[in-house]
Amino acid sequence: MSSRDAIFSKIRTALTDVKAKADYPDYDSAVLYSKPRLEGTSREAFTRNFTAVSGKVVNSIADLVTFLQQNGQTRGYCDPVLMADVGNALAAAGLTVETAYDRSRYEDYQFGITRATGAIAESGSLILDDAHTSDRLAALSPWVHVGVLKESEIHRTIPDAMAGLGPSRNILWATGPSKTADVEGILIEGVHGPGLQLALFI
Amino acid sequence: MIDHQLIDTYAREISEEKQTSVISGSAASTDKRYTVLFKDYENPDELRKLAGKIKDHTLHHLDSYLEQAEVSLQRNGVQVHFADTGDDAKATILSILKDRGISKLTKSKSMAAEEIHLNPYLIEHGIECLESDLGEFIIQLDDDVPSHIVRPIIHKNRREIARTFQREGIAADYNDDPETITRRARVFLREKYMQAEAVITGGNFISAESGRLVLVTNEGNSRFGMAPSKVHIALVGIEKLVPTDKDLAVFLNLLGRSATGQQLTVYTEFISGPKDTSQPSGPEEMHVVFLNNGRTDVLESNCREILRCIRCSACQNVCPVYRQASGHAYRATYGGPVGAVLSPLLAGKEFPELADLPKASSLCGACNEVCPVDIPIPDLLLRLRDKAKREKIHSPGAPPMSPFATLATTPSLWRTAMTMSKAMNHLPIQVAPVKPLQEWLGQRTLPEWHGGDFRKWFNSRSNKSKQS
Repeated sequence: MSSRDAIFSKIRTALTDVKAKADYPDYDSAVLYSKPRLEGTSREAFTRNFTAVSGKVVNSIADLVTFLQQNGQTRGYCDPVLMADVGNALAAAGLTVETAYDRSRYEDYQFGITRATGAIAESGSLILDDAHTSDRLAALSPWVHVGVLKESEIHRTIPDAMAGLGPSRNILWATGPSKTADVEGILIEGVHGPGLQLALFI
Repeated sequence: MIDHQLIDTYAREISEEKQTSVISGSAASTDKRYTVLFKDYENPDELRKLAGKIKDHTLHHLDSYLEQAEVSLQRNGVQVHFADTGDDAKATILSILKDRGISKLTKSKSMAAEEIHLNPYLIEHGIECLESDLGEFIIQLDDDVPSHIVRPIIHKNRREIARTFQREGIAADYNDDPETITRRARVFLREKYMQAEAVITGGNFISAESGRLVLVTNEGNSRFGMAPSKVHIALVGIEKLVPTDKDLAVFLNLLGRSATGQQLTVYTEFISGPKDTSQPSGPEEMHVVFLNNGRTDVLESNCREILRCIRCSACQNVCPVYRQASGHAYRATYGGPVGAVLSPLLAGKEFPELADLPKASSLCGACNEVCPVDIPIPDLLLRLRDKAKREKIHSPGAPPMSPFATLATTPSLWRTAMTMSKAMNHLPIQVAPVKPLQEWLGQRTLPEWHGGDFRKWFNSRSNKSKQS
């Protein structure tokens, strides 16, 4: 008997003892909404909740340039589709912007600018969808990741975002920078992924 | 002669340093969980009960959902394997790797892999298998085992970790600053990610409806491991299914909050098969290995509710026994209240070896109160104690209960004992030469005995009501 057949046969045997099988509970996803987190407009709620998880919302290209320069992050990658909206302005301000992500130089990119396909207001999460991101590594290896999105792309709640996942092979909800509290419970940001997670509205 | 349960003995023998780490670590997580749940919801209990019902329904129809998940995964281009035993799972994973000539991989945290001792097996067969979760990486360097589901090194402090890094050459010098430790691991592991040909992960959930595998990490290690790798193998227990994507929202809302007091874990990844051919990064091939390893025995038992568990560790954090004894005291992959139920059940024929675990509990019920899927853990502990009793398994440190059973089930004896025990108020029992009694009384003062008074009061009350 194959492992598959053995497992199914054992499950069916085990379930013969279950006298009253539980029905699927009928519920409205609204029970999951956290009212305090949803206060204000979607953009206000996103900004507040994203900030609470150590994310940083940037509202203009000029603010982004200032932030990167102040943090000494002057060399990085920009998804080619975002050059017109973001990358060219950064290059004009004197930053080094590359449009090809070379995996062998993964430590060279201090910032990575990629397309976020949305955000979740309730949780302060950026949504990164493989189908619309040039390279997942560009949002993962640089110390600063900038997810670029439009205000109209914010989902209000987690159930809304779940319903809108779509057919993509890989979707990530990034709720703040990479972090750990493994060592004595002390929170450290930037473990494997970005130490700074930014959201830029255009 | 052992006069303590094994866990008691362990709790007495662990170093104060280790005990302090466990107590402070778990208490902090409990506080964070409570704060976030009650700040966000007026009635968090409603959600726990809902999640429990969804899980129960899934488990009661596990055959249909597993079939549905298999079809959905295959539709997404995932190769699905079934492993009835741990050995089957190990052989399946090894043959996938060997067939593709893979010799280097990174692995993100998986309790199922811990259960079947996957790492040593792969290493023995010539595969370089590196843990990428910071805690698990340190565990691997120390040749230790995790003592907590979410924070595997809750029992270690920064000094010990710094010594490990220095000893293993991860760092040239001793530095116990947590940020420095983390940065050093970051540099070391990134290089390994980039060299790895495959990644092994667990799986937090699979939606039967869409075949989406959901992986959550705070560090981003599974995502980083997956990006440069050609092959992704996910080892997933058969109980990790949920019916629909809509249900994922229920569990994701509860998992982060219960585990670490976060609304959502930082990296929540939804994977529907290997990468699209247009993408430069991500695995070209994806496998899901469904693991049984005793789960169907649990499903057949009268403790099947434990299969609802989503491995959040809230019960470990809140448990007074776990805090004192640490996870290692449970002598199995899963420690704490969930482990006291799950470990003996998964042990199969070795049940007697772990039959003492359900007794290591005061049945205070805190584990049930914090459980995001409302598992009645105290009830399950009692059922397992009963199983041990029926199978006549003797555990060290268990007091002989049969004289008490006789006393408690013979009304005349009980009445006499209640009345006679008043003598205790006048006897110097604190100096009685009985070691356990002295130990017990050494830590508490007994109130005055009032045994039998209730019965006297009740009878006189009944007589009065008859007269009126």
